[in-house]
Amino acid sequence: MKNENLYNYILGIADNSLILGQRLGEITGHGPSLETDIACTNISLDLFGQVRSYFQYAGKIAGDGRSEDDIAMLRKERDYKNVLLVEQPNTNFAFTIGRQFLFDVYHLAFLGELQKSTDLTLSAIANKCIKEVSYHERFSSDWIKRLGDGTEESNAKMQEAINDLWRYTDELFHQTDADKAMVAEGIGVDVTTLKDAYYTRLNEVLGEATLEVPQLKYFQKGGKNGIHTEYMGYILAELQYMQRAYPNMEW
Amino acid sequence: MSEEQIRSLERQFDERISRDEKIEPKDWMPEKYRQTHIRQISQHAHSEIVGMLPEGNWISRAPSLRRKVALLAKVQDEAGHGLYLYSACETLGVSRDELYQQLHSGKAKYSSIFNYPALTWADMGAVGWLVDGAAIINQVPLCNTSYGPYARAMIRVCKEESFHQRQGFEIMLKLANGTPEQKDMAQDALNRWWWPSLMMLGPTDDKSVHTEQSMKWKLKRKTNDELRQQFIDQTVPQADVLGLTIPDPDLKWNEERQSYDFGAIDWDEFWQVVKGHGPMNKERMKARVGAWENGEWVRDAAMVHAEKKRTRKEKQAV
Repeated sequence: MKNENLYNYILGIADNSLILGQRLGEITGHGPSLETDIACTNISLDLFGQVRSYFQYAGKIAGDGRSEDDIAMLRKERDYKNVLLVEQPNTNFAFTIGRQFLFDVYHLAFLGELQKSTDLTLSAIANKCIKEVSYHERFSSDWIKRLGDGTEESNAKMQEAINDLWRYTDELFHQTDADKAMVAEGIGVDVTTLKDAYYTRLNEVLGEATLEVPQLKYFQKGGKNGIHTEYMGYILAELQYMQRAYPNMEW
Repeated sequence: MSEEQIRSLERQFDERISRDEKIEPKDWMPEKYRQTHIRQISQHAHSEIVGMLPEGNWISRAPSLRRKVALLAKVQDEAGHGLYLYSACETLGVSRDELYQQLHSGKAKYSSIFNYPALTWADMGAVGWLVDGAAIINQVPLCNTSYGPYARAMIRVCKEESFHQRQGFEIMLKLANGTPEQKDMAQDALNRWWWPSLMMLGPTDDKSVHTEQSMKWKLKRKTNDELRQQFIDQTVPQADVLGLTIPDPDLKWNEERQSYDFGAIDWDEFWQVVKGHGPMNKERMKARVGAWENGEWVRDAAMVHAEKKRTRKEKQAV
């Protein structure tokens, strides 16, 4: 492939939306209220819409006729580049919201920078996505506050989710080789520069939510290099089932 | 109020209905009219909500991103329909929590069709094509029903349902024109959903207890059997377009009636499902009750948080 770094770079962005969208889609119809069900389904829908834009572009760059579905559903587990955070399970609503919030804050800041990309397609996609993601961030940060500053029980559950998921935040700011190459070309976002503002925003919202900011020194990583948690295989088993069981068909 | 006054109000009410005037929430209405509407609108709302489950079941496994996005949008629409319908129902003086209570205790019903399992991807096509198709036949007349809030909710619901039905047909068309394996999948889904879809239009006219009253109030314009015939006459040619076979050996065009004759419906199965003993009744209720119970702490937190916010605001104002 002529432009392998760009291809991998796009996958690194889109796989996050793909796997997070898949996780949110699992809980449709099972949420605590009709309103939250609609919202989570809506966010999932937005994320899959984003995935399609990215993968259609990646397909063009690959230039060998691979489709958005080939890219989404026919890779092996070790080839997915999403961060570990987004593959974490919907343990309860606090975990769903915690995962969403910890990702949305990053995602919003990331897209703000990607809009400035010298790659016009990526910049246009970012421009479309940022509107959706600012809505996601409002939804998830509002719920962090409701659950944190709600009842004693909801506060405990929200705190537990934040404590548990915190170890996956640092990975958001790691650079892959594709990242570095794309930053050098003015196409990619230097994620290391987003880190301080990210944790500042987290502190602000958690403070308002009367939650404690975890003082954790040990973080997890690996997703960006295809080394995932054990949850990933099961996610892919469902995501890929039809494409694997009925190869080369149109739907 | 004296009996004579009530009779006079009832007469005026009946006249308004016969003039095709809409009844609005603050208008006087007979208690039976209110109760019938609470029953029907809430059953309709419950059906939307329970109906999210068989389709939601395929979101994570949809075969392509395009289909996944369409399915998510459809299930989201259904949740939205549930929301409008619960709101319409609340205008009759009942709360959404009470309505959920009725659903969870088994007192209120939902459409029998959602007690069948969605086993293959083709079921997403068959449900859209047949189930939404039958629902539209039932629902289009409701856009003109006498109770204003219900009629207005239905206008929006029907637009989206027609879109879902076309999407469902498109899924079937793709399968029917696909590989032999895909075509078999489509035929199998049609075989399993055909009879339950016919049952969706309700028991035969001689067994339907609410029909006469519902026709008077314009909740119904045609009887169950008339609607069923309309559904069959419209759907059989669509099956022909797909090149699929309706699983009814007695199905035959009747030149004289200009309609299809069709075979006997298994009403024992229908009543078994309605009484709670269909293939998925227990799982559907367990999922709904489970979501409600597991979500209680979340709803409590939202209430307490809103209260805290209000108190803080009041203190600031002082």
